[in-house]
This record gives sequence, C-alpha cells and structure tokens, in this order.
Amino acid sequence: MSNKNLLTRNLLYDKIAEKAFYIIGFSCIFILFLITFFLFKEGLPIFGEIGVIDFIFGKDWYPTSEPPHFGIAPLIIASVFVTLLAIIIAIPISLAIAIYMSELATPLVREIVKPTIELIASIPSVIIGFFGMVVVAPLLQEYFDLDTGLNLFNGALMLAFMVIPTIASIAEDSISSVPLSLKEASYALGSNKWQTIFFIILPASLSGIWTAIILGISRVIGETMVVLMVCGGAAIIPTSIFTPIRPLTSNIAAEMAEAAVGDSHYYALFMIAVILFFLTFGFNILAHYLTNKYKFKTN
Amino acid sequence: MNISKSIKTDLIEKIMFFVIKFLSYLVILFLLFILVFIFQKGISAISWDFLFKMPKNEMTEGGILPAILGTIYLIIGSALISIPIGVSTAIYLTEYAKSQRVVKIIRLGINNLAGVPSVVFGLFGLSLFVFFLDFGTSILAGSLTLGILNLPIIIRATEESLQIVPHSFREASLALGATKLQTIMKITVPNALPGILTGVMLSLGRAAGETAPIMFTAAVFYTPDLPTSIYSEIMALPYHIYVMATSGVHIQETRGIQYGSAIVLIFLVLLFNSIGLYLRYKFKKRLS
Repeated sequence: MSNKNLLTRNLLYDKIAEKAFYIIGFSCIFILFLITFFLFKEGLPIFGEIGVIDFIFGKDWYPTSEPPHFGIAPLIIASVFVTLLAIIIAIPISLAIAIYMSELATPLVREIVKPTIELIASIPSVIIGFFGMVVVAPLLQEYFDLDTGLNLFNGALMLAFMVIPTIASIAEDSISSVPLSLKEASYALGSNKWQTIFFIILPASLSGIWTAIILGISRVIGETMVVLMVCGGAAIIPTSIFTPIRPLTSNIAAEMAEAAVGDSHYYALFMIAVILFFLTFGFNILAHYLTNKYKFKTN
Repeated sequence: MNISKSIKTDLIEKIMFFVIKFLSYLVILFLLFILVFIFQKGISAISWDFLFKMPKNEMTEGGILPAILGTIYLIIGSALISIPIGVSTAIYLTEYAKSQRVVKIIRLGINNLAGVPSVVFGLFGLSLFVFFLDFGTSILAGSLTLGILNLPIIIRATEESLQIVPHSFREASLALGATKLQTIMKITVPNALPGILTGVMLSLGRAAGETAPIMFTAAVFYTPDLPTSIYSEIMALPYHIYVMATSGVHIQETRGIQYGSAIVLIFLVLLFNSIGLYLRYKFKKRLS
C-alpha cells in the first residue's frame, strides 16, 4: 500500500517536473522578447520629436544644447570605423593562431597555447581599457606626436586583442574539421605543408572562417568599456585613424547617468540600444546561416 | 629549373611558418606583458588594509573592501539566478524536448542572447528592474541583469556535458523502474556535473569582470556604508577601476589604488577561470 503511494507520488513529481522544465526551457525566448519590448518602450518616444532619417543621418550630437541635436551619424561612423580597423588587425593574427594550433603545434604545445589564448577572452574589458589608457595611449602620443593617445587607433588595437580568441577558436574548429582525405590528396600530388594549408585547408574551411569573422564583428561592435576608456569620446566624424571618436556603445555608457528619465535624451540613448540590439541580432543570424550552410557542405 | 622551384616553395613554407609562429607567440607575449605590467605596478598597493578596510579621504587612501564585497555579492546573486534557470533549460533541451524545430528555435534564441552587447543588457536592466519593477539601483537589479547575461554560458556548458553522458546510463536507470525525473537527478546530472561546474565557473568569472551591465543597475561611485539588504546600492571592483581611472580630480594620485584594484579583479577572474579549465580538463580525461 505504501509502495503504491510512493509510486503515484513519484509519477506525480515526474509530471510536474516535465511541465516545469518545459516552461523554463522557453525562458531565453521570453527574455529576448522582454528585452525587445523594454528597449522599444523606452526608445520609440524619441521619434515623436525627431524623424527616423534625421536621427540616423543627423551629423550633430548635442543632446544637452538648447535646442538639443540628436543626430547619431558620427557615432555610427565611429563604431563602423573602429570595428573595421580592429577586425582587419585581428583577422591575420587569429588565422595564424588557428593554423598554428590545428596544423603545426605539437599536442603538448597545443595543450598550453589553447588555454592561454582562451585566457585572453576572460580578461575583463575594463582591464584591457585601463591598460590602453595608461600604457598604449602615452606610447602612441609620443611616437606619433599626437594631441592625445586616446583615439580610434588605440581603440582598434585593444579591441583586436580582445576579439582574437573568439575568431581564432571558431576558425580553428573549422580548420580542424577539414577531412583528412583532402590533405592526403594534396600531399600525394607533391604539395608541401604550407601549400596544402593555403590552397586546400583554408579554402575548404572558408565558410567557417567567415562565421568566425562575423561573430567577431558582432562582439567588437557591442564592446563597451574598452571604447569608452580608450577612444577619446569626441562625437565627431573621424578624419584620420588618430581622431578621438565616440562609438555607439560608449555614448550610451557615458551619458546614461546624466540623462533624466523620460527626457528626450533618455529616449535617444535607448533608441541607440535598439539599433545595437538588432545589429548584433542580424550578425548572429548571418553567422548561424553560414554555419548551417557549411555543415551541409561537409556532409 | 624544377629544383630551384622546389627550393623556392620550401623557402616560402619556412617564412610562412615563421610568421604564423611569430604572430601566435606575439599575442601570448602581449597577454603576459599586460598581466606582468599591472602586477608590477600594483603589487606595492596590496596590503591587508587595502583588502579589508574602508576607503578614506574621498577614496584617495584606505582600502577597497566595499568594492570587493560588492563584486562578491553580485557574483553570488547572479549565480542564484543563472544556475537554476540555465541548467533547467539545458535539461529541457537535451532530455525532454521532442521536436527538433523547437530545439533549433530555442538554441537560436540562446545564441542571440549571447550576442547582445553588455551595455544593452545594462539598459534593459535599468528599464525593467530598476524602474519598472522598482528595485532601484541595487544588488537585486544588478544580479538579475548579470544572471540573464550569463544564461547562455551555463546553458551551453550544461547541454554539452549532458549530451556526453552515455545513453546506456539513462536506459539502465529507467529499466530499474526509476522515473525520468529520478534518472535525471540521480544519474544524468551527477555524471555531467564537472562539465556543468566548468560553465558555472566561467560564468562567475564573467560576472565578476563585467562593468557595463552594472553601471546603471547596481554600482555607484561611492557608498559610505556596506550593503545591508538586497535593495542596497553597492560599489563593485570593475566599476571602481573605471571611475577611478577616468573621472574625479585625483586620477594621477590614485594610480596605485587603480593598479591594486586591477590586480584583485584579475586575480578573482583568473581564479574562477582556472578552476573551470581544470575541471574541464579532468572531465575530458575521465571520458577518454
């Protein structure tokens, strides 16, 4: 009798647990909807005061002047420039690491190099930003004879360093998944190791490398503390790689504290967050699409 | 002719391999340089009083105890949110979900959540937790924001390790008459535990180091008192480093404190991460 009670109780628990896991399983989707909802709720009112076109293409960002100007073009351009420069610096280095780890390094060296590279990803961005401020900025200022070492180039350097582990590890996955038969065919035709890497392995893992680069871009464009501390913070359209700039993320972080709730400045900053949210969303979907295409190809 | 060509290709190979190795070690050297530089500059600031005393004289002297405590509270708070939700989501995905399409959609959602910029999480937390739910700038609001930020890390790590547990384990348990829930709780999860803990450790390290999500939800420049409840605002290490390095009138005079705080933060983050990596290493070894 008591055994039967125990059995029904366990079955009841089982039923409840199944329902609970089912509900929690969807929590991430629910959170994404919450984020979208609350960002729009606080961001959309800005378009009651300024048109979409004027907001995105306006060249002046003077949120506290009278009347205020909410043109985010300089911020968008700053984000795009610093991201592109960082990615251009990071790609060759990341690919070198990926090739080194998957093709050249002995297993022992690999066991050491891989976690060390992963360690970079775990260094808090505020530390990287701090280092850029106190070490890299004075060096740049002196070496290039600049007014300030806090500028686009410094930001791009620090961002490149931060994003290398992301690009390198995804690229490495894709390089190591190139079938052995392809490499053997290449060696059998008399190519040496470098020719095999450059003409066979890299092309074969190209879509994986693209995925890595796109996820890298998404990471860099959303990075906040480094650009906040190192890029100089001037909301102007950059004229050289040594111009101080103010990317989208750092603009939010720098001004949110002084924007009054319900003020148009507050709404404008939330609208910038909406743009960032959908930009990274788009890059992630693109990366997802490329990965799936790639899987199809190797099968 | 052919011989000179082969010499040329061999030379190219040598040069390229040298470049590849050079770039790889350059990055590692740069990492070491950052760590050693900060350590060298800051080690003189580290003392018993620095770690366990309150700040004095507008934070130009004294310790950083409130910032360390604040960061520890945020780590614990975010873990209380992200571990139960994250592990349960992963259990649903690997053990319960039947439709592959649903799994795909949820996984896409997790990937997108992982890609959301940290400052956007900060604004979301500000709008939902600080204002809408009226938690104010508090440990609670900051923990919730960081907890959500860390969900994808924990879900992925848990999912991976649950998938590695052999199917025969589950079948043996079910054949002995255990319910599905009992199998999960007593067989599947315990066997995946080291892998899950790896994810937990990595997420704790991340919670310790993130700045942007807590800038508007939890952290303040200075509080005279230690926190008394989950509704208290707090100081936190990463935010402390940021404000000390960028604003105020004592930036140059307080460099020592900044380097010292940076050492403490790096130590915390590396501690969690090395425990995580060690657990993963053990887990992989045990399985192979």
